[in-house]
Amino acid sequence: MSRVLSKGKPAGGAGEGRVSKVLLLGSGALKIGEAGEFDYSGSQAIKALKEESLEVVLINPNIATIQTSEFMADKIYFLPVTPEFVEKVIAREKPDGILLSFGGQTALNCGVALAQSGVLERHGVRVLGTPISVIEDTEDRERFNARLAEIGLKSPRGMAATTIEGGLRIARTIGYPVMARVAFALGGRGSGLSQNETELKEALKKAFAHAPQVLIEEYLEGWKEVEYEVVRDREDNCVTVCNMENFDPMGIHTGESIVIAPSQTLTNEEYHRLRAIAIRAVRHLGIVGECNIQYALHPRTGDYRIIEVNARLSRSSALASKATGYPLAFIAAKLVLGHDLPGLLNSITKKTTACFEPALDYLVVKIPRWDLKKFRRVSKKIGSEMKSVGEVMAIGRSFEEALQKATRMLQIGVYGMVGNDSYSFEDLELELKHPTDERLFGIAEALKHGWTVDRIHQLTRIDRWFITKIKAIVDLEADIRGRGLAGLNRDRMLLAKKKGFSDKQIAILTGSRESEVRARRERLRVRPAVKQIDTLAAEYPAKTNYLYTTYHGTEDDVRFERKNKKVMVLGSGSYSIGSSVEFDWCCVSAVLALKRLGCETLMVNYNPETVSTDYDICDRLYFEELSFERVLDIYKRENPRGIILAMGGQIPNNIAMKCHKAGLRILGTSPESIDTAENRFKFGRLLDGLGIDQPEWRELRSAREARTFAREAGYPVLVRPSYVLSGAAMSVVFDEKDLETILKRAARVSPQYPVVISKFILNAKEIELDAVAKDGRIVASAVVEHIENAGVHSGDATMVLPPQKTYIETMRRVRETGRKIAAALRITGPFNIQFIAKDNAVKVIECNLRASRSFPFVSKVTKVNFIDLAVEAMLGRTPRSLKSTLDLNYVGVKAPQFSFSRLKGADPTLGVEMASTGEVACLGEDASEALLKSLLSAGYTLPRKSILLSIGSRTDKQKFLHAAEELRDLGLTIYATEQTSLFLRQHGVAAILLHKVHERRTPNIRDFLRERKIEFVVSVPDPARKAAFDSDYELRRMAVDFSIPLLTNLQIADLFAHALAQKKDADLLVKHWAEYE
Amino acid sequence: MRAVLVLEDGSVWPGEGFGAFAKVSGEVVFNTGMVGYPESITDPSYHGQILCQTYPLIGNYGVSPKAFESDKPKIWGYIVSELCEVPSHASSEKTLDVWLKESAIPGISGVDTRALTKKLRLHGVMRGILETYYTKADLAALRREARLIPDPNKRHLVGEVSVKRIKAYNKDRKKCVAVIDCGMKLNILQCLLRREAKVVRFPADTPFEKIMEYAPAGVLVSNGPGDPKQCAATIETLRRMMAANLPLFGICLGNQLLALAAGADTYKLKFGHRSQNQPCLEEGTKRCYITSQNHGFAVDVRTLPKGWAPWFRNANDGTNEGIRHLNKPFRSVQFHPEAAPGPTDTEFLFDEFLESLP
Repeated sequence: MSRVLSKGKPAGGAGEGRVSKVLLLGSGALKIGEAGEFDYSGSQAIKALKEESLEVVLINPNIATIQTSEFMADKIYFLPVTPEFVEKVIAREKPDGILLSFGGQTALNCGVALAQSGVLERHGVRVLGTPISVIEDTEDRERFNARLAEIGLKSPRGMAATTIEGGLRIARTIGYPVMARVAFALGGRGSGLSQNETELKEALKKAFAHAPQVLIEEYLEGWKEVEYEVVRDREDNCVTVCNMENFDPMGIHTGESIVIAPSQTLTNEEYHRLRAIAIRAVRHLGIVGECNIQYALHPRTGDYRIIEVNARLSRSSALASKATGYPLAFIAAKLVLGHDLPGLLNSITKKTTACFEPALDYLVVKIPRWDLKKFRRVSKKIGSEMKSVGEVMAIGRSFEEALQKATRMLQIGVYGMVGNDSYSFEDLELELKHPTDERLFGIAEALKHGWTVDRIHQLTRIDRWFITKIKAIVDLEADIRGRGLAGLNRDRMLLAKKKGFSDKQIAILTGSRESEVRARRERLRVRPAVKQIDTLAAEYPAKTNYLYTTYHGTEDDVRFERKNKKVMVLGSGSYSIGSSVEFDWCCVSAVLALKRLGCETLMVNYNPETVSTDYDICDRLYFEELSFERVLDIYKRENPRGIILAMGGQIPNNIAMKCHKAGLRILGTSPESIDTAENRFKFGRLLDGLGIDQPEWRELRSAREARTFAREAGYPVLVRPSYVLSGAAMSVVFDEKDLETILKRAARVSPQYPVVISKFILNAKEIELDAVAKDGRIVASAVVEHIENAGVHSGDATMVLPPQKTYIETMRRVRETGRKIAAALRITGPFNIQFIAKDNAVKVIECNLRASRSFPFVSKVTKVNFIDLAVEAMLGRTPRSLKSTLDLNYVGVKAPQFSFSRLKGADPTLGVEMASTGEVACLGEDASEALLKSLLSAGYTLPRKSILLSIGSRTDKQKFLHAAEELRDLGLTIYATEQTSLFLRQHGVAAILLHKVHERRTPNIRDFLRERKIEFVVSVPDPARKAAFDSDYELRRMAVDFSIPLLTNLQIADLFAHALAQKKDADLLVKHWAEYE
Repeated sequence: MRAVLVLEDGSVWPGEGFGAFAKVSGEVVFNTGMVGYPESITDPSYHGQILCQTYPLIGNYGVSPKAFESDKPKIWGYIVSELCEVPSHASSEKTLDVWLKESAIPGISGVDTRALTKKLRLHGVMRGILETYYTKADLAALRREARLIPDPNKRHLVGEVSVKRIKAYNKDRKKCVAVIDCGMKLNILQCLLRREAKVVRFPADTPFEKIMEYAPAGVLVSNGPGDPKQCAATIETLRRMMAANLPLFGICLGNQLLALAAGADTYKLKFGHRSQNQPCLEEGTKRCYITSQNHGFAVDVRTLPKGWAPWFRNANDGTNEGIRHLNKPFRSVQFHPEAAPGPTDTEFLFDEFLESLP
């Protein structure tokens, strides 16, 4: 990392006086719009602070992050990042300074609230970096515009209207077309474009029906969207580290856009004019540290608008860091402490200054990763709100190369821009004009149908430059198909590779096998070159270990020494539902463990929002595809001792067999065992042989077979394809009618694998075993129980460690089963088994021979790093055995974080499909305390006055009765739907009847939610009763849209009520991690 | 069309040809700017050079004369990784390929420009031959030839690109700035004219007396190609201006010429600075500016005579980026305050210069 050049400079913020203890606010759980990038920025900040010998106190309930690892901050509080808890920590820790810009909007909002309420002043805590007033300038639309106008800079023209007449007047001054935006509208109703006064009048009429205020803004359709990342020090040195151009023009949120760095279609005049404006704006606003500025740029006139300034590290700054190699968060932290830019070193060259602007000799393409298929009822349209859950970044020396790499990195079953069979569009024109997450592939499709670049440009407003490049790929596809593999001479093969075609893609286009393409390619001496990212385009020698591969090169930048201590670790790829920061923690932990054991580490990953892709984590970082092809390319050059693919979740696991068959050395459990565990058929046979029970299941290839089996086993049944992560296309089916539709959907996701149907066991507990074994012998294990009954995806389940409600006998059986499986599969390394338990009988439902999602949770709660042990085992060492994970004087509870509010229309119920985007975990003296803290961390607020109950089935009502009594005893006003209120009253619990939304009778839930007379909603649907389930959708959705906390699972609601009854606010103890012993 | 670049060390860099069907030889240099190829191509300081762009995608926004820094391309040959054949920009009038073809300048694409840049960085700037061809290139002959390429810096390159006749602009304005055109970029002129100065532009070798006939309030010495020591006449003129205490402002080559006129020495850098991201520290302050640069020679600050001091210093390699006289109105910068291409952070130097004039 950078060393500070200037000597003896005191660490201090805006004021005077030395700072010795700082409080850093994290961003909490990963959610849509606030994801892994803040683990990256927080971790970098901690490194920078520790380098200054400052004491760092971190508040972040996201237990799966790297920043909350024991070697990072001095004290870690797994507590909600809310003003209440942060104030308590401040009172206890008495820090001198606080950092607000490294934990996303969560930290920023919390910090602003603490400043406004006087807490910071009262405790003498200084805000380091950009002052609060400046943050407020950038956050408040009107203040922001006014500040920019002071120096003649332009922001979108617009004003708020409260009447139709007022709105029309504003529109007249702006000029048509205008956008009308409703500040708070259910489902975005009332927002839209108006071409003239008549249209606007109509739009306003509708809008004012929903909201008192409508923002009328000039319409910037088709304007290019460009961003700059700016850093500024206290000496007023100010540089732009990176600029980026959005592929999708204005109207699509930058988090939803494909982004290219550096900009491709801007002239020197445009690039540097916007750059100069950025610097003027940042200086005028008075930002210290890092910020991001977004522009709209008119493609013909060059006119511009400043859309927004984010006075903090952001998604874009994480991307810019990875795109350029410039450690923005690290430098920002140094600047915030009072260092000046010229005094800091460029951490890549280690001899030039950090006060410069990187020159790239490659380009990067970022594509958002959506996971909309995981949600029921969600709108797939993309627009001004973020829906994506992750992103990928590809590096290349041509746009086509980077773009095709990036599409494969998405891991959505595509081989690149072309050669895919999974896309067909009902109405291509509509798709292009009103995009969904699939528009990129729609463009390729349109080009294939002979649509002109101009026509596509007219529909999409995407710059012709990008469309022309995609056309080059489409044209080459036809050429490759025409030639066949034998027809690809060296020039054509090289051209195909330069345009980003993978071996597999060429194989598909030429009707050959991937191995044949590879063999021919190697015979033709067409191989990728390994290049460095050095921030200065080779102008200065760099010892950088940040690498990528390209076919636009004849020379490798690095040498490959034959050493036996090299180990390659495969990362987890893009975050998606089911694969998130927890695997990044596993990867980083593995790399660090390997280093401690004297290994040289090679990391392969491509997710810009991770810590594993920080080049100072490993010895060599390959920012590359996790495909068999690329892994083999790297492997052949590096010739490592072996590959570790058990840390990155399912993506590396999926290529285990292929690597194994190609003779690559895989460390840890044999890929044959992995295959046995992943292949239900083989696994079932294994369990049968071991005498281990599992829910009745069958692998079926036709709908008829499926019907017959389901009838035999008895409904409900669980339907799922093999080789899945997080239950894509997995469903519980309650009757025959549903079965058929589900089967069709499943077949589309994974056509090469048959469908598996298993008996779905109702009212059973779910338990997981996370463990590490060596040569088939378990060396560490932890048993975790789910609060929710089986049927809720393990990723959405609330987990308790150590188990509180599991019988000793069940625990014994779980461990025994784990031992048998570990031995049978000769497991070496991490693994996870999921069990269903009912009346002390345990059945195995899944087994993964890799680190699981809960590894960071169990490692941090038990304070035994399971990954360290796993790595030792994989290297053939015998790890020291472990204290029992039952002997804990405290309890950890991990709770899911949902992002339903971002996903318009999505049904916020839990099921076998995973839906959460992140997780938090807190520690407590008992499960109740830990649960409440976790829920608060996941964004819940506790009810003080009122709660709405709507419990579906009769049995559930019965089961919830005691909880309802407790809620009543707390003095909460209980509202309930018709059946529920009737039941409660019959059983002596007074409840006020509210009619369901669709019943259109008063008093209606709709009005009570809207007027916020209800503080909390418990709505437990009965999935077996489809009509009621559907009609309750509106209630659930309204709760989400009005940001009213919602629980839909009976067990969690029950435990929540008990916890609420047991614990007062003061019982939620403010203790840091190390204090739990 | 095919193309090949052959360096003096015998290395051969094959690729696709574009631009003109031609053969050129010159000094091969690299520029790390990510935008601004039309500006660079027309920058007279590249006269005598074959330019390699490290940014791999060149030609994306086509060619607009508005971006020209002189009347026509001044580079002798062009090396890129990927040439954009279908540019996209409202201002584009033609493709880069067509433009270079019309300008009789050959280009080569498909070169590993990073590998080439590393070679130049490691061995220093090299001479080379760029040939575009249709059938076959005689590599053996090209290799022989490459070894014998004369050093263009031995020529008086400035004389070849300097304006031929005296020209006046903004004639109705009062404050007159004399510009000694050593191969001036047009934006220097624009920066002066935008600030309401009257500008008289002189050929580089114009004698002192001739310039003084126009009674300039100050003199700007422009950028230009090659070794400053070739500009004996200009240096002599500057000496006399210094003796006359005439306010002087030098840019790029102008910085080196001022140094030579003051009695200091200049030397050739291994591979020069050609980029838009050079950090320059103002001596005695904590201010660091991001600057645009294009030079292969530098001032040796150790040889600065008494009364002179370094003004700016390169924050990366410590080389001189500007000098000033401590009590006389002579100052100069090694970077390009007029930018084009590159960042405009130091354009205020024009304000300072003009405001300092009587």
